[in-house]
Amino acid sequence: MSGDRDLAAEFRAGNVRGLARAISLVEQRDPTVRHLLEELRDGLRRPRVLGFTGAPGTGKSTLVDALVGLLRGRDQKVAVVAVDPNSPFSGGAILGDRIRMQRHALDGGVYIRSMGARGHLGGLSAASREAIRLLGAFGFDYVLLETVGVGQSELEVAAVADTTVVVLTPGQGDSVQMLKAGIMEIADVFAVNKADLPGAQKVVQEIRSMLNMGPKLAWKPPIVMTVAARAEGLEELLEAVERHQQHLETTGEAAERAAERLKDEAADLVGEWARRQARKLLDDDAELSRRLLDDRVPYAAAEEILTTEGESLVPRAARSRHKMKSR
Amino acid sequence: MSAVQAKPLRIVLAKVGLDGHDRGVKVVARALRDAGFEVIYTGLRQTPAMVVEAALQEDAQVIGLSLHSGAHMTLFPAVIEELKKRQAGDITVFGGGIIPDDDIAELKKLGVAEIFTPGAPLEEIVTWLRKRFPDG
Repeated sequence: MSGDRDLAAEFRAGNVRGLARAISLVEQRDPTVRHLLEELRDGLRRPRVLGFTGAPGTGKSTLVDALVGLLRGRDQKVAVVAVDPNSPFSGGAILGDRIRMQRHALDGGVYIRSMGARGHLGGLSAASREAIRLLGAFGFDYVLLETVGVGQSELEVAAVADTTVVVLTPGQGDSVQMLKAGIMEIADVFAVNKADLPGAQKVVQEIRSMLNMGPKLAWKPPIVMTVAARAEGLEELLEAVERHQQHLETTGEAAERAAERLKDEAADLVGEWARRQARKLLDDDAELSRRLLDDRVPYAAAEEILTTEGESLVPRAARSRHKMKSR
Repeated sequence: MSAVQAKPLRIVLAKVGLDGHDRGVKVVARALRDAGFEVIYTGLRQTPAMVVEAALQEDAQVIGLSLHSGAHMTLFPAVIEELKKRQAGDITVFGGGIIPDDDIAELKKLGVAEIFTPGAPLEEIVTWLRKRFPDG
């Protein structure tokens, strides 16, 4: 499978290899993928994106696996994107989220993709958003997005998913942990997993009192107790997720968020492309880099690159004649 | 971070058949991770169809099979067959386990690229992969 054309053909034909290959290209930050996505854009349909985040070992993969089963029972096509960390030393990774999901391996309505974060901070991979777009174009109704096992401040999932489920378990710390800024603030739904362990009820109470302390919100995140390994509480969890999706639709927040997401994505792309080209320019242009070193601070050089380079900050492989429609 | 490669080699590692001995495959997974590869470990008791489907979905260039049950002459060729059936014969298959020399020769004829037996240094597997995939 070589070249853009074959890839687009494979993708359109519904060949899973075409999809997998396209996702690899966005993972490799290969700018040529824009041509494929532009070609597909009239058929683009955003899938429902449910994000699952929480500390390592809270049961995210098991929960996702169980929900895949539930959604398949409703005849929905489901993709899973599961992110695990890469080693900062070797760059290698062990991507092990599939282990919990193998019972869906031969179901044609399920696609599972493991991703290394590849140095991207925030709990996701830089490719997540484009991968979601590809999965929607391929015909998936739902994308379940599982973050790396996070700490307190990897919050990117909330900007990418429609509904963010924060997964907690008993025994993770006292009530002060609940007050801290960060992950507790991004939940649209709380799942208290491993709820058969002692202390689950206490976790629920602590979340509830944390929520009651804050200002009154238009959406009050529901708290659902689950035992993912025994498929308990899943109907309730999915019901809570659906209520949140309903809320996004009726308040108009869904459209608002979609607009914000696209703006963020365009701005991020400006940063990514310009950064790559600027770094190359500084390596290649001895005169420019000499002046930068003489100047000892980076501001004038950055300004000069942005004001004089303009279009050449777009990587060559990404350039095309496609212009946005003007109205 | 500088260690992150643009196109790391992606390898699906799997235990096929009824064989619960996964210590070896975990050690190999770790060594491949430390060599900079992305290892997708799919766990125990996989069928050939499951392994191939995983490799396709994950866009892996390599499948590594571990097997200590003695069923290698059935299961390894079944994976190769399945790959051909899915038009994915370009995916490299290698294996590891307790496998007699005669069988190794036969498996290689059938399309298994390499077999590593117990006692093979981990470095040997990494070197072999690097040589076969200079860009990964």
